Amino acid sequence: MDTVILQHVSKSYVKEGPPALQDVSFSVKKGELFGLIGPDGAGKSTIFRILTTLLLSDKGSATVAGYDVVKNYHEIRSCVGYMPGKFSLYQDLTIEENLHFFATLFGTTVEANYALIKDIYEQIAPFKKRRAGKLSGGMKQKLALCCALIHRPEVLFLDEPTTGVDAVSRKEFWEMLQRLKAEGITIVVSTPYMDEASLCERIALIQTGQILSINTPANIIKAYPGKLYALMATKVHLLLKDTRQYAGINLCYAAGDKLHLSFKDDGKHHPAGLLSWLESKGQQGVRIEEITPDIEDCFIAKTSIHE
Amino acid sequence: MSEKAIVCKDLTKRFGDFVAVNHISFDVDQGEIFGFLGANGAGKTTAMRMLCGLSYPTSGEAAVAGYNVFKQQEEIKRNIGYMSQKFSLYETLTVKENIRFYGGVYGLSDKQLKEKGDELITKLGLEKEAKMMVGSLPLGWKQKLAFSVAIIHQPRIVFLDEPTGGVDPVTRRQFWDLIYDAAGSGITVFVTTHYMDEAEYCNRISVMVDGRIDALDTPANLKKQFDATSMNEVFYALARTAKRSAD
Repeated sequence: MDTVILQHVSKSYVKEGPPALQDVSFSVKKGELFGLIGPDGAGKSTIFRILTTLLLSDKGSATVAGYDVVKNYHEIRSCVGYMPGKFSLYQDLTIEENLHFFATLFGTTVEANYALIKDIYEQIAPFKKRRAGKLSGGMKQKLALCCALIHRPEVLFLDEPTTGVDAVSRKEFWEMLQRLKAEGITIVVSTPYMDEASLCERIALIQTGQILSINTPANIIKAYPGKLYALMATKVHLLLKDTRQYAGINLCYAAGDKLHLSFKDDGKHHPAGLLSWLESKGQQGVRIEEITPDIEDCFIAKTSIHE
Repeated sequence: MSEKAIVCKDLTKRFGDFVAVNHISFDVDQGEIFGFLGANGAGKTTAMRMLCGLSYPTSGEAAVAGYNVFKQQEEIKRNIGYMSQKFSLYETLTVKENIRFYGGVYGLSDKQLKEKGDELITKLGLEKEAKMMVGSLPLGWKQKLAFSVAIIHQPRIVFLDEPTGGVDPVTRRQFWDLIYDAAGSGITVFVTTHYMDEAEYCNRISVMVDGRIDALDTPANLKKQFDATSMNEVFYALARTAKRSAD
């Protein structure tokens, strides 16, 4: 049986307007590193709050580690670790005190499970007498992860652990997650950074309360509709304005120092036609090549179809 | 009025023994999009606060919009705009009320407020939402509105502190269209971001490491200098040399 199962879950916070979650179903296998990928407002935190028994859904059902989120909430709370998006440890307690507090709450000791958190805790141990409220973002994040792990949970829920964290710390954080996965912990993690999707085994792309697709990152990329091209020229910003006026363009958007684009699926348009048209517009040094899409390209293609 | 929007020489800020910003020097041209990058704790926020006239430097010199950061902090505040991811608009005021409030703070007259306000609502396509609480808008709309409000007084410079954090990929790009429009109208854009693809959209970029500026150039030149194919690689090469813990 899968460790996390959601079936047709819906949730609304307000009577009018679109619901926070609309008929969401997915499951996570034991020991899997599963990513919920989507922007703010997609419904990621609502899913976490339902799975951690902090919020009741309006419709549908869910189980975690075999327990029902409504009937067996007590059992779930003792076998999951949860790191909310907002820092929620005790600001007036020190690093050490927070850790001991959470260990005691779960009826264990820091010593009993120290091996699991050792790598992470050693990085913040030099500051163990410092109050949590006085820590930097990166240190708070590491402490919160230690506290979520101290009772050796079966399932770890991490809600946007890398938001607002710089590229180097983000990379380190994902390396920590790979080590926890190797310990056999099932991990559900959310992120608004599309580039982190490739670090998960399977991902769900989510926007405005609906799942757009669920698969391995490689299969999502494989399923990209049509061909994607990268376009380069001397002046990229003007290139974007010109290219968008070309009749055969389906999607065209900036991607770093290039543009990514796809042609309308009517068989009439091709790269050579676009190139000569751009040159007639006075664009210089224009080059085009077919590329493999990344997860962000897939997300943009999916959400653009929805519009 | 000087040609440069920002001139900064040996700007330094100490907190006791800790040198948060260590002799940074750079210029930003009027109308330039300048990316201000650095790992968490590298000193970006401290530097930005000095440039916005919110904190006195310990030593060095800087002029923002031609005004001295030591002596003319109030003039600086009147000639810049500011928005951040963390705080941008009042959630419990409507779209219209936020525009009125910020326009008033930035010194617009009632007549200008009316004109600019209507123009802005039309430009962003928020006619239907004008009387809705800002808190009920999707994040991407909120951020586009916050940016437009931050430049409602046509400042010489706008400071953007992680303006697109958490915003979906399509809206993130629409946000950059607004940035390009602002730069095209002569506003200097000073922006921080953790999205390295956005770093590529800047005219020039500086990367802070341990309070210093360790690299400053166009994205293309930085990639050449570090023999990298993306800004992500450049950033990684620089940031991992940091000695100071992220904090």
